[in-house]
Amino acid sequence: MMQNTHIFKIQRYSIHDGPGIRTSLFFQGCPLRCPWCHNPESQKMPGKIQTEEMDGLVLRLMAEIEKDRIFYDDSAGGATFSGGEPLSQPQLLFQLLEQCREKEIHTCVDTSGYADAKFISSLAEKADLILYDIKLMDARAHETLIGKPVFPVLDNLRLLSDRKARVCMRFPLIPGMTDTEANITGVISFLEKDTVFRKIHILPFHKAGEGKYAALNRENPMKEINPPSPERVAQVKAEFESRGFQVIIGG
Amino acid sequence: MNPRIDCLRAKTRAKEVSLSHERAVLVTDFYETHAAMGESIPVQRALCLKHILENKKIYIEDQELIVGERGPEPKAVPTYPEICLHSLEDLEILNSRPKVAYKVSEETRQIYKEKIIPFWKGRTIREKIFSAMAESWLDSFHAGIFTEFQEQRSPGHTAGGDLIYRKGFTDLKSDIRRCLGRLDFFKDPTALEKQGVLRSLDIAADALISFAGRHARELDRLAASEKNPERKMELEKMAAVCRRVPAHKPGTFHEALQYYWFLHVGIITELNPWDAYNPGRFDQNLYPFYQRDIENGTLTQEQAKELLSCFWIKFHNHPAPPKVGVTAKESNTYVDFCLINLGGVTPDNRDGVNELTYLVLDVIEEMRLLQPSSMIQVSRKNPDRFIKRALKIIATGFGQPSVFNTDAILQEMALHGKSLEDARSAGASGCVEAGVFGKEAYILTGYFNLPKILEITLHNGWDPRTKKQIGLETGDPKQFNTFNDLFNAYQLQLNYFADIKVRGSNIIEQINGAHMPVPLLSLVTEDCIENARDYNQGGARYNTSYIQGVGMGTLTDCLSALKYYVYDLKRVSMEKILAALEKDFSGEDILHHQLKKSPKYGNDDDAADDILRRIFRAFHDAVTGRPNARGGVYRIDLLPTTCHVYFGEITGALPDGRKAGIPFSEGISPVQGADTCGPTAVLKSAAKIDHLKTGGTLLNQKFLPELLTDEKGIQAVVHLIRSYFKMDGHHIQFNVVDEKTLRDAQKNPQAHRDLIVRVAGYSDYFVDLTEALQEEIIQRTAHTVI
Repeated sequence: MMQNTHIFKIQRYSIHDGPGIRTSLFFQGCPLRCPWCHNPESQKMPGKIQTEEMDGLVLRLMAEIEKDRIFYDDSAGGATFSGGEPLSQPQLLFQLLEQCREKEIHTCVDTSGYADAKFISSLAEKADLILYDIKLMDARAHETLIGKPVFPVLDNLRLLSDRKARVCMRFPLIPGMTDTEANITGVISFLEKDTVFRKIHILPFHKAGEGKYAALNRENPMKEINPPSPERVAQVKAEFESRGFQVIIGG
Repeated sequence: MNPRIDCLRAKTRAKEVSLSHERAVLVTDFYETHAAMGESIPVQRALCLKHILENKKIYIEDQELIVGERGPEPKAVPTYPEICLHSLEDLEILNSRPKVAYKVSEETRQIYKEKIIPFWKGRTIREKIFSAMAESWLDSFHAGIFTEFQEQRSPGHTAGGDLIYRKGFTDLKSDIRRCLGRLDFFKDPTALEKQGVLRSLDIAADALISFAGRHARELDRLAASEKNPERKMELEKMAAVCRRVPAHKPGTFHEALQYYWFLHVGIITELNPWDAYNPGRFDQNLYPFYQRDIENGTLTQEQAKELLSCFWIKFHNHPAPPKVGVTAKESNTYVDFCLINLGGVTPDNRDGVNELTYLVLDVIEEMRLLQPSSMIQVSRKNPDRFIKRALKIIATGFGQPSVFNTDAILQEMALHGKSLEDARSAGASGCVEAGVFGKEAYILTGYFNLPKILEITLHNGWDPRTKKQIGLETGDPKQFNTFNDLFNAYQLQLNYFADIKVRGSNIIEQINGAHMPVPLLSLVTEDCIENARDYNQGGARYNTSYIQGVGMGTLTDCLSALKYYVYDLKRVSMEKILAALEKDFSGEDILHHQLKKSPKYGNDDDAADDILRRIFRAFHDAVTGRPNARGGVYRIDLLPTTCHVYFGEITGALPDGRKAGIPFSEGISPVQGADTCGPTAVLKSAAKIDHLKTGGTLLNQKFLPELLTDEKGIQAVVHLIRSYFKMDGHHIQFNVVDEKTLRDAQKNPQAHRDLIVRVAGYSDYFVDLTEALQEEIIQRTAHTVI
């Protein structure tokens, strides 16, 4: 597994971050602080990449991505850029997206949507598929729990909808946080009214990131919270479906 | 599962494995009387088989539908004193060893002491082999450079073709008559020898027909006294089947299964060939019968399934012949490696998956028995549905069916001078060994310890364990200036030991050809009749000998560590490494840790994988194309059964950081835990071996159960398989299990009696494995998704 300060992990045979068999590159740095984050080590912003380092870095990462081309071909897979927040390093992300397009490798970008609108418009043009998180509709709750305002996330999603970008929605189902009735109804009516997106993945909370907090010497904010029951997941799924959404559980 | 199958299955599973003296006594009786002394050896062997089949006990299990047992009862395993004579100590070891035991009664020991041992001592093939071997061969064998497959079991490694579904034994007898009539005693100086072989085949045919007849009579007797009218009818029908086959070609699905089964029992009674015998391309061979019976309305799908289940139970009734010493170590299991082949392509190159294929997969899943083993052949032409169906069985953690690449097998065969039609009727038998079913004698000669040869090279030809100079003096490794110097020295040693192995095997093939012909196996292997030549003398259409390389991953990592630290970075001296190896790394924790960090095979890293390619070429070139004693050539396979444990046991510490005695990597799988980049990286690395130049490679992957729980996970594995096969990979199999379960099974074996794991080219009950092997499997990298 290749690692550096800008890409904190490369995961081959990634099968839950977009279609087919994929190689996922996890970008270091995220402006948000979701308490359920299972990659807390990715939150800290990395230093800026020196211009002279950029080409070499892109070259190395592309070589890594191209290694599994035979698997992408067979499974209609490709590369996924995740994080962290890939848009926190837009220059690197867009170079990789351009290179992949040139080499005919399908790309997915897994984003929180919390980014400058101009980057979101480039994304609409350069990525083959955008995996877009929608977490909390309530502005106050968003700001308190996640540390940043919600409006850029919603505005950017409208923008992607207007541009007819290929987007797959992702909704993390977190007990006591995102799984309230008000929030779920809020998400549904927002997507219905303001966007064309009708495909959503429900990502039930899991405790896979638990050990990482200990390794970082940080208190795990989700220590007391358990994954939602299968019944609850099914209930939420039914709720989305009753409104005409195509729902998939998991990535 | 219906009550009949449920009951038969429970019986075969509960039955303890025992050793039977029945065959040993009958063989000894036959030779003691000297009744056949004036006859040629092939005729003597055929008469011996006839004597056994005409006098052994006939056993018919209550409720069963397919009949025929090799022993006097199920799981009573005979011995083959003409091949390998068990001493009283051997019998005690077999009886009392904690794993893979065979119960030996007091009566059997007495008979061995008084009759079997006195008669056979000094006359066995095993003794002939050891006394014919050169000192260099014996030194290498005892040092653990290679094993010898024929020291306790006879050559075999073959599977049946479609012959028996086309011809009855009476048809084969008329073929024999035709060939006898064709013999030209004026022009052919070997005509007499040929006459003897043809007569032996004819006698073997009669022997099996009469064995079936004995079953028919016994079934008549049982039917006469049977009170239950349904069973009475069944018994009468079974008697009629036994009168029809093997004398005549089968007309129904039931007859086809029973015909094969009589032949199977006959071949494993004649001698103890490796990998028993095998019904070959099972779904293809049986489909016409199935289809016809279903169309006629004489068979329902349920009945077909019941017959198949009964057939499955017969395999399970037949554990491998008892092995001792090194042979027990290289193949430490009850499994006798009959591998049912499903799918692939037809001889006229169509998709070979049919309705029966899916029915057989249902049976495999429902029976969940270690024997027979099963596999799917995956061709580009086969549908994904077929692979998914098999993966759903694999996901239950059963290690079966394994997955083979038809398109690779086809090329492996066709590139070696076989006709395209013959190549399409090929498959894999045993663990992963490819051959043309029914037409090729592809004989495995023994495992070859690739990492041990590095240990010998690093000691300038000396073996530190047996304390003998067994290799060449290729120079003090401390004086090597470049990695090439080291590799060249390794290659010289490799060639030297390959010479010794091949020379020995050529002698052994001649011993078996002269002293142990196999008339029954020859009868059903094309073209033995036409050539009037025995299977063991090169009578088959194709005759190949294999040497199986073990420890590719370990050796690659060792050479990679030396190249990286000693020659490329020049950070550690050879002297320092050799000194650390001598001490088994004690007090050398830093160096040990460092060596573990060098480039490793299994990560799609050319720094290591280029070395693998080079080792492969060296091993291939040392063996491939050399003539064997049967008119064919030697080739290589890469598989270990359980030999990676034995070879590890007798090899000291190695430069990849592996400590003395620890098992090697298994098959072409990476060193346990060395692959850290996920399954696609492993497959890419493994595909850097030129699979098409082998007769089989074995790759096992351990997946956590989560990876195969949903449709997406299953679909992704279908793609993994297709991609690996696009890269010409030969075989892949998955262990779907987590460490917690395995650890728990070590602690509470009773609670995990049913836990099955993939070992190498076969599956076994986890609790039946030796502790070293259990640990080896736990140490393998488990792939998961995050």
